Amino acid sequence: MPAHEKPPFAPMALIGAVAVSLSLGLAWAGGLIGPHRISGGEVANALEGNGGRFPGYRRAHAKGLCFSGSFAANGEGTALSTASAFRAGAYPVMGRFSLGGGNPLAGDGRNVFHSMALMLRTPDGQEWRMAMDHTPIFPVADVASFVGLMKATTPDPRTGKPDLAVLKPFLAAHPEVTAFQGYMAKAILPDSFANATYYSINAFRFIDASGAQHMVRWQFEPEAPLTGLDKTRLADLPRDALFREMIARTAKGPSRWHLKLVVANPGDVTNKATVAWSGPHRSVEAGVLTLTAVQPEEAGACRDLNFDPTILPPGISPSDDPLLGARSGTYSSSFTRRAGEGAHPSAIGQDSAREKSQ
Amino acid sequence: MSRHPRDFHPLLRLLHWLMALMVLAMLFIGVGMVSTAGPLYPALLALHRPVGIALLVLVLLRLPLRLLTGAPPLPADLPGPQKLVAKASHVLLYASMVGMPLIGWAMLSAGGYPVVAGSVSLPPILPHDLQLYALLRLAHTVVALLFFALVLAHLSAALFHGLIRRDGVLRSMTSGHRR
Repeated sequence: MPAHEKPPFAPMALIGAVAVSLSLGLAWAGGLIGPHRISGGEVANALEGNGGRFPGYRRAHAKGLCFSGSFAANGEGTALSTASAFRAGAYPVMGRFSLGGGNPLAGDGRNVFHSMALMLRTPDGQEWRMAMDHTPIFPVADVASFVGLMKATTPDPRTGKPDLAVLKPFLAAHPEVTAFQGYMAKAILPDSFANATYYSINAFRFIDASGAQHMVRWQFEPEAPLTGLDKTRLADLPRDALFREMIARTAKGPSRWHLKLVVANPGDVTNKATVAWSGPHRSVEAGVLTLTAVQPEEAGACRDLNFDPTILPPGISPSDDPLLGARSGTYSSSFTRRAGEGAHPSAIGQDSAREKSQ
Repeated sequence: MSRHPRDFHPLLRLLHWLMALMVLAMLFIGVGMVSTAGPLYPALLALHRPVGIALLVLVLLRLPLRLLTGAPPLPADLPGPQKLVAKASHVLLYASMVGMPLIGWAMLSAGGYPVVAGSVSLPPILPHDLQLYALLRLAHTVVALLFFALVLAHLSAALFHGLIRRDGVLRSMTSGHRR
């Protein structure tokens, strides 16, 4: 084609059409056009909208304390999974205790929802991250309901309580949330991080040496006897009561939990964390977790980690529970946000700095 | 292996088209996975890392092959500035192909994440540092979008050579010239 001629229309149009189609395709893949998708960022926004925005902290379970210790596997867990963590031996662990909510400086009585995050590494380089709650079930089963729950329970700035015009229809459409609230009202609220049982919430797929799969939910059962908080006087708790109790307790001696792997019966629901497994179940005690030290987030190793429950060793994989992907995507958004904002002082770090200066 | 002087080495052509498909797939997978917290998120993430590692291996094979076997000369009648743009865009394409997986790997390292794809486990290449993580995480998105724009420009230019100029440039990367 000589330079002075105009390019022919049809091939030029074709080239343009290819570029435009690919661009539209990418916009569709990214969710800019087409049906609405809930991203991890949108869930993080819903969390910020519900509890307030606190730059530099986790968007949920913002108030925490690091710990370290070890997991002594007895070898029994190898019956269910080839993960190295189940081979008899002792492996170092680190983790984080936290309470619910996005406010890192909230009083301990305001949002009593004990959680334990764990990271377990074996010498062969396998890594297992867990994020567990002290309830065997979760209030909602999927990401859309979770965003709905955050919106429906957002306190009205005038009254400080959720707007009933939003909350009532939401609860009517989500009986599982009402069921969860009923469970929480009856359940004992542990008066220590050390005497709570921590549950995996979701089911996971365990694969044994023969390749057979087992659907498993696990729980860490405390050696410390369970005693409860007075639910009517939660507001009277000092700001960091539960965390300080754990620090004082650990100064006196270690705390221990027994890891129980609970295998699903045929017919058990594995894709809804709202449904408890009831009745007798095969359970395998896989080992003992010993917590020997706690550290404020400033000094510990837990703050700068994302305890994404889908980071699993070979031999364990996620189940078909959609909540797992939702947790993974949301934790990732929260992690990226706070990484960009820079870390801020933790409540426990403030306490210990104050005590040192006195 | 003997070949026509106006063509790219056949192995380079094979790598080009294989990687072209993989790179486009990766860009779509990447923007797709961050758009959703649904079941597709973990599924796409499970694809993203192994394909990224595979692309890094492939480009590390391809780059020396390209330096060793060279590129056919551009048409003599192509204006100077266009030749310059062509050469610069190829340097940027190679830089993106090497850079994207390395940024991804570095970003996971700085975030304290294990870099695992199936049975392959890679060591961290940066210290665990959230400030670094935040910077690299942003770079991963920005470079990806620039890479996509570059791929579009490259594809449009290739079609311009093939459909309008008909000067053999497109053919040098496809079926090749008759010997």
